[in-house]
Amino acid sequence: MTSPRGTGTSLKNFPLFGPITAIVFAFLYVPLLFVIGYSFNSNRIVTVWKGFTFDWYVEVMGNDDIQRAVINSLRIAAISTILSVILATGLAIGLLRMVRVGRTAAWSLIMAPLVIPEIVFAIGTLALFVQIRFTLGVDSITLAHTAFCIPFALLPIRARLRSVDLSIYEAAADLGANEWTIFRRITLPLLAPGIVAGALLAFIISLDDFIVSYFLAGAGGTTLPVYIFGMIRNAITPGVNALSTLLLLASVVIVTISYVIAIRKR
Amino acid sequence: MAQSTRVRGAKPGQGSWWAGLPGIAYLVLLVLAPLVVILIYSFLSRAKLGVGVKWEFTLQPYVDLFYSESLSGARSFDPTYVQIFLNSVIYSLITAVVCLIMAIPIALWIATRSPRWRMLLVFLVTIPFWTSLLIRTYAFVIILNDNGPINEALQGLGIVSAPISMLYTPFATIVGLVYSFLPFMILPIYASAERFDFRLAEAAYDLGATKLTVLRRIVLPAVRPGIIAGFILVFIPALGSFLAPELLGGGKTSMIANVIAAQFGASRNWPFGAALSVMVLVIVMLALVVFVAVARRTARRGSGQSMESLL
Repeated sequence: MTSPRGTGTSLKNFPLFGPITAIVFAFLYVPLLFVIGYSFNSNRIVTVWKGFTFDWYVEVMGNDDIQRAVINSLRIAAISTILSVILATGLAIGLLRMVRVGRTAAWSLIMAPLVIPEIVFAIGTLALFVQIRFTLGVDSITLAHTAFCIPFALLPIRARLRSVDLSIYEAAADLGANEWTIFRRITLPLLAPGIVAGALLAFIISLDDFIVSYFLAGAGGTTLPVYIFGMIRNAITPGVNALSTLLLLASVVIVTISYVIAIRKR
Repeated sequence: MAQSTRVRGAKPGQGSWWAGLPGIAYLVLLVLAPLVVILIYSFLSRAKLGVGVKWEFTLQPYVDLFYSESLSGARSFDPTYVQIFLNSVIYSLITAVVCLIMAIPIALWIATRSPRWRMLLVFLVTIPFWTSLLIRTYAFVIILNDNGPINEALQGLGIVSAPISMLYTPFATIVGLVYSFLPFMILPIYASAERFDFRLAEAAYDLGATKLTVLRRIVLPAVRPGIIAGFILVFIPALGSFLAPELLGGGKTSMIANVIAAQFGASRNWPFGAALSVMVLVIVMLALVVFVAVARRTARRGSGQSMESLL
């Protein structure tokens, strides 16, 4: 929303806001820069700088357990992204056509994973899976991730769907297209940018999740964040930083792509 | 034409409400059902080996929240868990207040930039939210370390002679919580500030108000919906935080989530862990009710709107 105001508002010159903003941005980013910086430290003691090296990257990439954890993470993120995007697209369309009461109820259910403390969601899902004797591992994590990826996938798709000019559908119907053709040839292509943006967000949310994965990992479901947590608990070496840097990089790249897609097509 | 005979609610191409059914069914199974299981488990007995439950009704888990039994079977009030709940609420409130103080200047500063800058700056605020919470918390394990950069700098400048222990203290936990959830406070306040017509502030200046008066009497009331939304968006996740107290508090400053996690791990008392979770949900619900009531009373723009604009 742009209001018709000039750029020369006096509040711009409020004495402390500029410097405070700079400090807060430093607070947001400097800690991450330290994580990245120390990943190149040749000293085993993370915070005591000795010299520059890429050794830690070579070491973590060559580690079998880490490779397995990365594969688990990518597999879980990919499948829960696909599932959550399909379900979220249906929800976005369905929500528009629901009666008010149904929509409110559905909306609370969709947003619930964002409001319920993650630990409660994690142990609740754990209890559920144990109760129905579902084996813990990659699959249990994937099912749980899908649930809390849905709201993140839904929001860009819903925003996109709401901006569609309804007369397009009527034009298509008048020209003889049936519901399915309209969905496939018109709705889906129009939603595509929202779907891609939503998919990328869902992917990051799943990739970065720790708590739910930690409780549902079972024997073979160790994901990258769960593995990193174990490393931090054990002994902190710059190897932790190297892995963390790679995960940070993945998140930042993905969210940037999602952002660019979202603003390009607006 | 078929067009004219179509009933309301069956416009062409817009799909139907049942498109949402698979998603709803999924969420019922994987969001609602786990909560129901937790509620049921909290009224059951502890399993012999600790994993799972024994299907025997009892109120013991809720009794355990307040009382402990000595070996002789005498029951006495035990403040351990009440204290942990209280600590968690206090830490979360402090976190929300600190976030608020940091967020107001930055949100207003961003809101007064040109539209192009605003977009970029808001994006920069959101990036940390999309990075792993584990890594963001770990960053402070490094920074607050005895030989971390802060202590190095303080010693290098000769301000202190020996490192200050910051890690594994309540201070470290709160710093970690603030860092984790600060974007949740900045974004809704920014969303409110962006809608604010800054010409009103200019008018106040013209009428002779000082900058502080304008801020206090004009701008802050206008962004109040954002502040309320931010407060709840920070308070709720902070209350259920596991990583910050675990990695930065070092066991000394446990919060509820750590106690819950322990019941499903080493302590092996699932019903008690379930009862603790139910209590957390009750507190979250109470907080939501209070905040929504405050939001309703103070502003016409609800917090729901800001919550949506956050994502």
